[in-house]
Amino acid sequence: MGVADIVIKFVLIVIIFAISLVIAMYSTYAERKIAAFFQDRVGPNRAGPWGILQPLADGGKMFLKEEIIPTNASPFLFIAGPSLAILTACIGSAVIPWGQQITIGKYVIPLQVTDINVGILYIFGVVSLGVYGVMIGGWASNNKYSLLGAIRAASQNISYEISMGLSIIALLMVTGTLSLKEIAEQQHGWHWNVLYQPVGFLLFIICAFAETNRTPFDLPECETELVGGYHTEYSSMKLGFYLFAEYINMFISSAVMATLYWGGYNYPGMDWVLAHTGPAIGPLIGTAVMFAKVFLFIFFFMWVRWTIPRFRYDQLMDLGWKILIPLAIANIIVTGLWITFIK
Amino acid sequence: MSTFYFIAFLSVFFSILVITAKNPVHSILYLILTFSTFTVHYILMNAQFLAVVNFIVYMGAILVLFLYTLMLINLNKESEPRKSNLVKIAGFVGGACFLITIVAALKAWGTSHPVVLNDPNLGLVKNLGKILFNEYLLPFEVSSILLLSAMVGAVLLATKDPKTA
Repeated sequence: MGVADIVIKFVLIVIIFAISLVIAMYSTYAERKIAAFFQDRVGPNRAGPWGILQPLADGGKMFLKEEIIPTNASPFLFIAGPSLAILTACIGSAVIPWGQQITIGKYVIPLQVTDINVGILYIFGVVSLGVYGVMIGGWASNNKYSLLGAIRAASQNISYEISMGLSIIALLMVTGTLSLKEIAEQQHGWHWNVLYQPVGFLLFIICAFAETNRTPFDLPECETELVGGYHTEYSSMKLGFYLFAEYINMFISSAVMATLYWGGYNYPGMDWVLAHTGPAIGPLIGTAVMFAKVFLFIFFFMWVRWTIPRFRYDQLMDLGWKILIPLAIANIIVTGLWITFIK
Repeated sequence: MSTFYFIAFLSVFFSILVITAKNPVHSILYLILTFSTFTVHYILMNAQFLAVVNFIVYMGAILVLFLYTLMLINLNKESEPRKSNLVKIAGFVGGACFLITIVAALKAWGTSHPVVLNDPNLGLVKNLGKILFNEYLLPFEVSSILLLSAMVGAVLLATKDPKTA
């Protein structure tokens, strides 16, 4: 690996990191604007034209607020909680293929930070670590509401991880590889996996909502029962990190869904476009398509949040254990029969 | 090799912290760190699948449940059962005897030869799957029955007896 390769990787990592942060920032703005649209209000419109500077104002406010660590809280773990939440949210993007490789002269730039051959499992591992940030923060606050929120988060994540894993198994039976790069390449043109795995995608998106703690699965921070849930005691930028981690998670899970099921950077007629635009510009159009899909999913996350009310806790567990897991197992069996007899 | 020694040192260091930490929740957090060093060990041995499964199953699921349980149990100083000094001395003597026996047994065994794998890429998903489902199919399936029986046992313990309820 030469110096040029290392520089390319480094620049790519910085760009992806910056993009995830900017998208997370503007997701907060989009969320408020969309909420306003759904509720027939105007939404944030004071900071800058159309309120476009609102995320910066929010960030500045978060940094300048007083930082409070409760007297009986465990100080190290109290700070470790939000740090872990934002860390696990940020490292998931390392294995996502954002586009085909770009060729400029003699340089070949792969638009993926690293292609490990267990890419899906890596994402899955990062997702399962994400719950520690919430659990540690909730426990370290030394507050009953925070603890209840943390415990809800843990049981919810573990329950929905099972059906998420089972829905991925059915997908892997179709693709035959764990590498996200190969999965994206297999879906060339319009051969998107959602056509072969519609039930698997439905299961995956429900579990993605649960894993990112979005409504209707936001019981860990249910205001009507738990004040603020696991982040009741948090203030200033530590609270900001928790909220920010949720938006980054939303972005990453949208990107994973787009890659696994909706073709990633592939679109119908991409060969024609590639042949006419050349190897330097063509892949960038694929990347733009990828981001369009990601934005659609982020919009879908927000659409659901302002449409569907929150579940009750027993309904959440019933859905996870009695409906999604049997459905996922049936999906695996049907996929197996389909591969054996028809394909 | 120096990476191995560094990670091995971290594993031993965190494992010692697991048993010396005063607070049970802290010791679970050290256990999580210990398991994360195990993941690095597996990667050093080129067993990527085992590394990721260790990461997901142990760090991501089992230890979350440990943490979950410990957070719910009230483990204050007052609720902890008092142990007399006699019990402590007995525990120390028993543990020391056990340690000496193990060290002696290992000494008698002699130093093992370094294990050389026939195929260094055995740990990759594809190769591992082929080996498990061809050469070791029977032990693999039998172990799955073992897990199933454990699961049935857990369900049986959790459900109330309809006659007594």
